[in-house]
Amino acid sequence: MDIKSMKNYLYWLYCQFELITCSYLMEPWEKLLFYTFNVTMLVMVFYTAYIFVPVHISTAFQFFLHLLGNQHENTVSVLK
Amino acid sequence: MANPSAVCNGHLHHHHQKQNNLLKSGLYKKNGITKGMKKNGISNGTLYKKKIVEHFEQAPMYVAVLTFLGFGVGTIFGYLRDFMRAWGLEKRNVAAEREQQKDFVPLYQDFENFYTRNLYMRIRDNWNRPICSVPGPQFDLMERVTDDYNWTFRFTGRIIKNVINMGSYNYLGFAETDVNALKTVTIELQKYGTGICSTRQEMGTLDKHVELEKLVAKFLGVEDAMVFGMGFATNSMNIPALVGKGCLILSDELNHTSLVLGARLSGATIRIFKHNNMQSLEKLLRDAIVYGQPRSRRAWRKIIILVEGIYSMEGSIVRLPEIVSLKKKYKAYLYLDEAHSVGAVGATGRGVVEYFGMSPDDVDVLMGTFTKSFGAAGGYIAGKKDLVDFLRTHSHSAVYATSMCPPVAEQIIRAMKCLMGLDGTTQGLQRVRQLGKNTRYFRRRLHEMGFIIYGNDDSPVVPLLLYMPGKIGAFARRMLEKNIGVVVVGFPATPITESRARFCVSAAHTREMLDTVLNALDELGDFLHLKYSRYSKSSHPELYEETRLELED
Repeated sequence: MDIKSMKNYLYWLYCQFELITCSYLMEPWEKLLFYTFNVTMLVMVFYTAYIFVPVHISTAFQFFLHLLGNQHENTVSVLK
Repeated sequence: MANPSAVCNGHLHHHHQKQNNLLKSGLYKKNGITKGMKKNGISNGTLYKKKIVEHFEQAPMYVAVLTFLGFGVGTIFGYLRDFMRAWGLEKRNVAAEREQQKDFVPLYQDFENFYTRNLYMRIRDNWNRPICSVPGPQFDLMERVTDDYNWTFRFTGRIIKNVINMGSYNYLGFAETDVNALKTVTIELQKYGTGICSTRQEMGTLDKHVELEKLVAKFLGVEDAMVFGMGFATNSMNIPALVGKGCLILSDELNHTSLVLGARLSGATIRIFKHNNMQSLEKLLRDAIVYGQPRSRRAWRKIIILVEGIYSMEGSIVRLPEIVSLKKKYKAYLYLDEAHSVGAVGATGRGVVEYFGMSPDDVDVLMGTFTKSFGAAGGYIAGKKDLVDFLRTHSHSAVYATSMCPPVAEQIIRAMKCLMGLDGTTQGLQRVRQLGKNTRYFRRRLHEMGFIIYGNDDSPVVPLLLYMPGKIGAFARRMLEKNIGVVVVGFPATPITESRARFCVSAAHTREMLDTVLNALDELGDFLHLKYSRYSKSSHPELYEETRLELED
């Protein structure tokens, strides 16, 4: 029952996408072209995210750690 | 009479504040929502005897963004298809220049042709649908299919029966084939035939025309009237006779093409004021009187204001009392085109002049058509006897155009007699009341459902906003599958982001038909996600209760 309503909801979402981007009006080969282009773009975005996001996050993390670490050392030396 | 609206400081917001206390206008275009529930007593200083409730709600921002996105994708694919056609990768179905003309200035490169080729062609099957019965509250449609994506059509031979008609201008339901109703028309047809074969000034004036003109003058409460064979030509052929070079025409932004054409043909200077905006009109009037004609600074020979009673794309009603007070102050003339409002508004169907409770002497030229509310064809111009006598000799239509044919004139005579009650029944008044009831019911239910509707609550023209280009085609096709015929409008008849479906409520629609249509709209609105309104009934119950009480007065 839930699967059916989920499927209906997804179908409705797909219809909305078709209407908004005017792919409802396109001939089949144009639709193929349009969807291929969109899917390619999405795949590229996800691939880029997969490659670069962990590296960026770890670099940022190290940077903040370094910043906090330096401060801690400075305060310690003053107290001495 | 105190004229509060005539004092203009030029600042719109400040003036709205002043107007709120004196007039009861509910038009709040700036905010995009309808307020205006201030109760005012009817005193001698107010121009409006009842409240005006007009809606021009703006859709949420994401709708505009997505509309542009849709048009963007359509444009990109349009360029792709044009490229393929130019390089011979695809068959050319469009109009193209000949080989010998390749070096000339290109004919089909402008945006309008690009738009027609690439966007309009894809949804072309929703327009020009041939019907094969009388356009009453229901009609029969000829089914047609296309094999090559709307470039050519062929008829399958099947007829789709009893499609509910929400698109014809049949406000009072006089488009009927009932034999009893058309008895006099049949008699006249057998007496006169169908052809006139002459113009008004030669041998084309029949006794039927004289009878009709007297009846029209009596109906409207003016001295005299003149009828013409075609409604569009009434405007475009008579405005050049009334104004010429050295005159000034102040025309509303959203005027019909016939008015625009007539104005351009006349050779007068044309200035446009914002739609229904009295401050803009007053500013133009003051500038015209202070500065005069452009180079010579002489006074204008005539200043004429062109407005319509009901604007057919917006459903808004003209603000007649304010315009009349402005025209009296600045000594201008008023030309009122009542194509959609004669027969459709007013307590007895006499148009916007009666709707506002004003006298027809205030309007200099009353123009209207018989196409919409009378089930016939043609137009009239009514006013003072001097004006109509002048037009009888100087109008292009009188000199060159064939006059109205007698059976059509008889149909108008019988419809008008029915409306005035001269045939001994109250059928005419019943029709007008039924139209008012249908209009209010239809609009109220659409508001409750959450659609964005434009226009005045009393106008039988109901535009429902669709916004996105993909939805135009989907809406019209799905409504036809449910056996309801609608008219959808997009660019260039409307602004590019505001495409709409336009419903014309008729007195001949029964409550069951309206309910069928409303249920279909409800379903379709959920499926296509069209219910953009932020002010549906559930969120403001007290607002709608008050509206209903006011309208019962």
